[in-house]
Amino acid sequence: MKCPPFDYHAPRSQAEALALLARHGEEGKILAGGQSLVPTMAFRLSRPASLIDINRIAELDHCRAEGGRLRIGALTRHARFERPVAPGPTGALLARAAEHIAHAPIRTRGTFCGSLAHADPASEWCCIALALGAEMRVLREGGERLVPAADWFQSVFTTALAPDELLAEVSLPLLGPDWRCGFAEFNRRAGDFALAMAVTALRLDPAGHVAEARIALGGVAGTPILAETAAASLLGAPPTPERLRAAAALAAEGFEPTEDAQVPADYRRDLVRAMTRRALEGSLAA
Amino acid sequence: MNWTGRRLPRTEDPALLRGEGAFTADLAAGARAVRFLRSPYAAGRILSITAPDLPPGALLITGADLEGVGAIRPELFRFNYRAIAQPVLPRERVHFVGQPVAAVVAATPEEAEDIAETILLDIEPEDPVVTIDDALRPGTPTLHAEAPGNLVVDGTIRHPDCEAAFARADRIVELTLRSGRQNATPMEARAGLAAYDRATGRIRLTASCQMPHMLRTGIATLLGMAEADLQIVAPDVGGGFGQKMALFPEYPLLVWLARRHRGSFCWVEDRNENLIASAHSREQRHHLRAAFAADGTLLGLEADILANTGAFSCYPTTCGVEPLMALAEYPGPYRLPTYAARARALATNTCPAAPYRGVSRPVVTFGLERLMDRAAAALGIDPVALRRRNLVTEFPHVTPTGLTLDQASYVEALDRAVEAADIPAFRTRQQAARREGRYLGLGLAVFNERTGYGTPAFAARGMGIVPGYEVVDIAMTPAGEVEVRIGASPHGQGLRTALAQLAADRLGLDPSRIRVIHGDTDRTPYGWGSFASRGAVIAGGATQLAADKLAARLRRAAARLLQAEPESIALRDGAAWAGEASIPLTEIARRVHQRSEQLSDLDGFNLAETAQYDPGGTFSNACHVAEVEVDAETGHVRVLRFLVVEDAGRLLNPLIADGQVHGGVAQGIANALLEEVLYAPDGNPLTGSLADYLPPSAAEIPPIEIIHMETESPETLTGAKGLGEGGTIGAPAAIANAISDALAPFGVDITELPATPARIRALIRNAR
Ligand SMILES: Cc1cc2nc3c(=O)[nH]c(=O)nc-3n(C[C@H](O)[C@H](O)[C@H](O)COP(=O)(O)OP(=O)(O)OC[C@H]3O[C@@H](n4cnc5c(N)ncnc54)[C@H](O)[C@@H]3O)c2cc1C
Repeated sequence: MKCPPFDYHAPRSQAEALALLARHGEEGKILAGGQSLVPTMAFRLSRPASLIDINRIAELDHCRAEGGRLRIGALTRHARFERPVAPGPTGALLARAAEHIAHAPIRTRGTFCGSLAHADPASEWCCIALALGAEMRVLREGGERLVPAADWFQSVFTTALAPDELLAEVSLPLLGPDWRCGFAEFNRRAGDFALAMAVTALRLDPAGHVAEARIALGGVAGTPILAETAAASLLGAPPTPERLRAAAALAAEGFEPTEDAQVPADYRRDLVRAMTRRALEGSLAA
Repeated sequence: MNWTGRRLPRTEDPALLRGEGAFTADLAAGARAVRFLRSPYAAGRILSITAPDLPPGALLITGADLEGVGAIRPELFRFNYRAIAQPVLPRERVHFVGQPVAAVVAATPEEAEDIAETILLDIEPEDPVVTIDDALRPGTPTLHAEAPGNLVVDGTIRHPDCEAAFARADRIVELTLRSGRQNATPMEARAGLAAYDRATGRIRLTASCQMPHMLRTGIATLLGMAEADLQIVAPDVGGGFGQKMALFPEYPLLVWLARRHRGSFCWVEDRNENLIASAHSREQRHHLRAAFAADGTLLGLEADILANTGAFSCYPTTCGVEPLMALAEYPGPYRLPTYAARARALATNTCPAAPYRGVSRPVVTFGLERLMDRAAAALGIDPVALRRRNLVTEFPHVTPTGLTLDQASYVEALDRAVEAADIPAFRTRQQAARREGRYLGLGLAVFNERTGYGTPAFAARGMGIVPGYEVVDIAMTPAGEVEVRIGASPHGQGLRTALAQLAADRLGLDPSRIRVIHGDTDRTPYGWGSFASRGAVIAGGATQLAADKLAARLRRAAARLLQAEPESIALRDGAAWAGEASIPLTEIARRVHQRSEQLSDLDGFNLAETAQYDPGGTFSNACHVAEVEVDAETGHVRVLRFLVVEDAGRLLNPLIADGQVHGGVAQGIANALLEEVLYAPDGNPLTGSLADYLPPSAAEIPPIEIIHMETESPETLTGAKGLGEGGTIGAPAAIANAISDALAPFGVDITELPATPARIRALIRNAR
């Protein structure tokens, strides 16, 4: 459980970091909070030849509301979200989820963008990114692109990010007051990765009918997934307890669960049903 | 005379809290690092072990290098025990994933791990035996030729009148239960540092262990070296819970390296190694049948006990420790007229089993207390009343397995617990919650805990090495401080504080003047260690005896100096008193040592005494009550309240007693709900990190309420009884009963631990 040997670089600027990434390619890895990377290195599941530590790059250290979106720079730590970073449903949802991410010491180091880059299937931030339609700003030497959340997650721990690219910023829409966001997750111990989670967002029209609905599930498949049929079933009517329950049942049936020795598939479905209903009900209770 | 019984803060704690403790890994500076290569297969034949590019200075040690080194082969002379042998490093076959097969030595742990990755282990896999069912299946592979059918222990107790009791019964209640496999998970994993002393040729092994003297005997025997040339030091030890009693192959290898290469060699186990390759426990299956009369009287009990004991037998207790403890202690605190039981240990290609806090009693209590609740339901009797009817009330009481229960408070503790739990109020809350679709449950567990047992108890097991007694050497320095050298080896139990309290009262000294010295075979008398809830009783009893002998000497000297009769001398406040006249103990100490012409005709030239203590044993008892809420949709269990009524006789230090209960209950809750070692069918461990093997965090443990009762034991010198394991013993049963109570509307009954959310959901789903 000791890391294999590696070179260490601590660039002071974004440009310097991108040059290092270009030079090291597959062999280089960005070190952000280190809360996922270092343990995988200690288990020798990951053996980057070079670590490029971005913690000294001031340009990446920001988190602000701008143009109707929340812009989260690569050095924004999980702990930053424990209290709402912006007024309205988006900030509240992030705060609701933050307390479920690991433990306090880990939250003071781990980064939002690191979670998106690492793409653990049970990451709270990844699930929220998919539910709300996040946009990733990705840089490489001499280039920049924006990747929508729908195209970001490819499989377990795999995203659209290329080895020479840096995830500089993630932006989330700042939802208006007509949105109701919900969050629920299940884990066996406080701070563990969830066995299932649901993030829900409903927009209610003035008549109280559901005008838009998004339901994302995390920890249940190789990537976070959208429960589209379940979300669609809520449209055009008031969100009554019966309809929420029916939507949760649809969510539980509409995916192929990952299975392991501790979590059989039917149990995973039970959890999705319960978490989806609780997220939906919780979002409307307030 | 009032230090004993006080909630004195532990003298051990300040250094630990300041981060100034010295654990084995803290002492490793200058030593070369050892990394073990471990078998990736559960069963297989070693074809070759080769090092294509071993860097200069690095070493690779394999079984072939260990010519003349013996195998670990503990003995038990009863219960059809088959002695099986565990090589320090195997030459031919591997028997479990994680078994050390070679060792790499390099300058640093990082380098050693890098090099270990380059070693080519060519092992031809064979069919493994992993589960209890695998081991029992006809035609299954045999792990050890010495143990046909993989049967290592097969013990039976059968009273001739047992069948008649069942024939007479109004009601027979049956139960099959399973207990998952656990790892004791001490906060500090294993570690060893072997250092060669060039001047003397001696080796000092500093190791995170519980039984230093035993470890010395074990290693010296394996290596064929003089015991006198081996010193074992247990420095600060970060928890043991039984796991660190055993003689593991890693330690003799470190000593072998230090002797052969005349240097210092250190191995610090990582968490993955600890989880897969240290020692496991409690993987058991019990089938119970109990005969009851219509009025609830227990008439007889039959038990069939199967234990998955892993690949080898742990030294010195042997793998008989789990099944045979269950065999002997199943009657628990109940009046049981007749009993028939069989207990078997089965060898499998998994990590060897060793004692873990409570050993078999968490499973036994789970069995008995589930049985009581089931029988109560079957007979239509209140579960508390059923227990009260059957608990032993007259002492001493001899159990059907020949154990003598000393004075205890089984019924009284139950009554106190029932009162404190306020069951009627709970039932009201439970009804109200059910109407909202919430499931609350209350469960209780009554049990006794055999503690502080000496040589006769271990000898009765037929062990090849019989532990039991403790020896304490006590001496007053010329400056008047007292050194208490104990053979026991505490590692978190606070024994340094508690023994100082005991000695302080006997000597009329402040405990701060007393130093308890332990964990060093060069500086302490031969003794057994800290395990089996024995410290306060046995090391405590020997300390008291030794302190009394020293006190008698001090009185004789004081009588001379004060011109009084020895019987009239009182020791208090650091002085010896004859009426109003007094002389400080420091002055007596100085005179004995440095003006010996005045006093040596009395007792010689020093103030040193030794005492030995070897009690028969005593049973503490407790009643645990758990209140839980089960989330029927997710299967999640939250423990809302946990109450312990504990009777451990006279309490030497209630603060320490509370800590023992807290820690034990936390482990018991984990046993009930969280912790389980899992293997794939091919024998690969699935729980190799703390992301998969789940010890509890503070968030999972409720506040624990403790009520102490103090029924002093007539069997122990101090009146104290052991309580170190009780927390782990009662909690799983109380939680299992509470969950079953909560889920009574579904007809769900917990018979398997841990009761994981997935298992609870499956039970609810199948019940509907
Ligand atoms: C005990 C424990 C419990 C945990 N529980 C949870 C939990 O419940 N939920 C949860 O979501 N997470 C959990 N985590 C993981 C934690 O949230 C990590 O902080 C997070 O996954 C990664 O963020 P990081 O900044 O630490 O990234 P690092 O560990 O530094 O990096 C992770 C990976 O992402 C890459 N990377 C990081 N930043 C960038 C970037 N800006 N651009 C490109 N690539 C980048 C790295 O190269 C690496 O491959 C837990 C971790 C631990 C140790």
